[in-house]
Amino acid sequence: MSVLITCSHVDFGYENHDAVIDLSMEVAEGDYLCVIGANGSGKSTLVKGLLGLLKPTGGTLTVAEELRRTGIGYLPQQTAAQRDFPATVYEVVLSGALSRSGNRPFYSAAEKKLAQANMERLGIASLKRHCYRELSGGQQQRVLIARALCATSRMLILDEPTTGLDPSAIQDFYRLVRKLNREEHIAILMVTHDVANIVGQASKILHLQQRVLFYGTPGDYRKTEAGRRYLGGEDGWN
Amino acid sequence: MELIREMLSYPFLVRAFAGGILVSLCAALLGVMLVLRRYSMIGDGLSHVSFGALSVAVAAGWSPLPVSIPVVILAAFFLLRITESGKMKSDAAIAMISASALAVGIVVTSLTTGMTTDVSSYMFGSILAMSRADVWLSAAVSAVVLGLYVFCYHKIFAVTFDESFAKATGVRVSLYNVLIAVLTAVTIVLGMRMMGAMLISSLILFPALTSMRVFKSFRSVVWSSGILAVVCFCIGITASYVFSTPAGASVVLADLAAFLLFCLIRAVSAGKRKS
Repeated sequence: MSVLITCSHVDFGYENHDAVIDLSMEVAEGDYLCVIGANGSGKSTLVKGLLGLLKPTGGTLTVAEELRRTGIGYLPQQTAAQRDFPATVYEVVLSGALSRSGNRPFYSAAEKKLAQANMERLGIASLKRHCYRELSGGQQQRVLIARALCATSRMLILDEPTTGLDPSAIQDFYRLVRKLNREEHIAILMVTHDVANIVGQASKILHLQQRVLFYGTPGDYRKTEAGRRYLGGEDGWN
Repeated sequence: MELIREMLSYPFLVRAFAGGILVSLCAALLGVMLVLRRYSMIGDGLSHVSFGALSVAVAAGWSPLPVSIPVVILAAFFLLRITESGKMKSDAAIAMISASALAVGIVVTSLTTGMTTDVSSYMFGSILAMSRADVWLSAAVSAVVLGLYVFCYHKIFAVTFDESFAKATGVRVSLYNVLIAVLTAVTIVLGMRMMGAMLISSLILFPALTSMRVFKSFRSVVWSSGILAVVCFCIGITASYVFSTPAGASVVLADLAAFLLFCLIRAVSAGKRKS
């Protein structure tokens, strides 16, 4: 089991305030880590930091060599502009290979093959020539995962991926992520508000409130005060 | 044929064609990025700032381009920043800035020279506006824009489609934003005197919006926007020559006609698919 990302006592923040303080955690191969917390608790800042868009202001962040080379597979929150973007599924998926192509102005045959393979992996090969904006929300998410997998097949960071999906698409989506995690051993780091659905499948929970409120297994999380409040158990909200 | 030969016998029309085609092409290609990233208002805002800068330059007796290009580039940076930071409602902020710049231009003009033909042509455009130097500058800008599209096409796609993902894969998004802002600013200043401050933003918006009616891939939208821009410009200028209508407005009407045509095509093809 190789460790992909290690944070030890890391602070992330902007000019004059830290949004994440003293965070220690690690993501190893095959992990399924869920990051939860209220709005403004530093979840998005953490994601930015892990992607290398924000330098830690304290502590040490270690990212495995192979992730540094091609980047982490990233699934950002969807923007309104994307929902009516004129692009084919193939164009979107292929753009995931961008970090591999470096300064070359075109994609190589290997990169195109990779895009094709990832579309097949996610069952969207038949949609190759379809327009992204005409797909359903669930299909769009599959396209974005395929794109992320073109960057790396080791680790995915998903930022509130189920926002705007209907309930059955949400369940499909979780099944898909679980399959990628279990069968292909892709490490998952998912930021989500959907706590109730997630405790059932994650292997680790990280509850952020600027500082770490909880970091451990879902089983232990249920027993904590924070966990009970979030999951709305019998004696929650007291 | 006869008509074209007749038109091309006037040097000013040759310049108008050459400069106009290049500017329309740049505007359309940059427009694809601006429209898809929801920055359409920036084009409109910049044209008004450009009008303000030009009027001040004329009133002070400076030569217009060297003054207005830097001012508009600065404004472009500023508008991009507002839009990106999301602190203020950006559409409202841009509307405020354009109105203010327009007002400054009008007040300065009326205090000094009065509404000369120069200023009026900045408002609504003049076919005589393209000088030899303008044509060369347009050629240089188009070369940069085309080069950008040829060599960085995939990065442009990634940045336009998904800024966060592009950033995460190591594309220097802010560099592209700066480049696009500068190119848009120069294109607007160049095209403004021919098309008019009120109408130049249509060169940016129409081709992209029209192409998006029908085409479904990014590549085809880019191609179609470039081609549409050039075709509509030529039709517009020819019509302006034949019917003696103002150049800028004629080009915009040609663009509008293309837009309606594409809407019709879309409606017909959607109808066919259903039946």
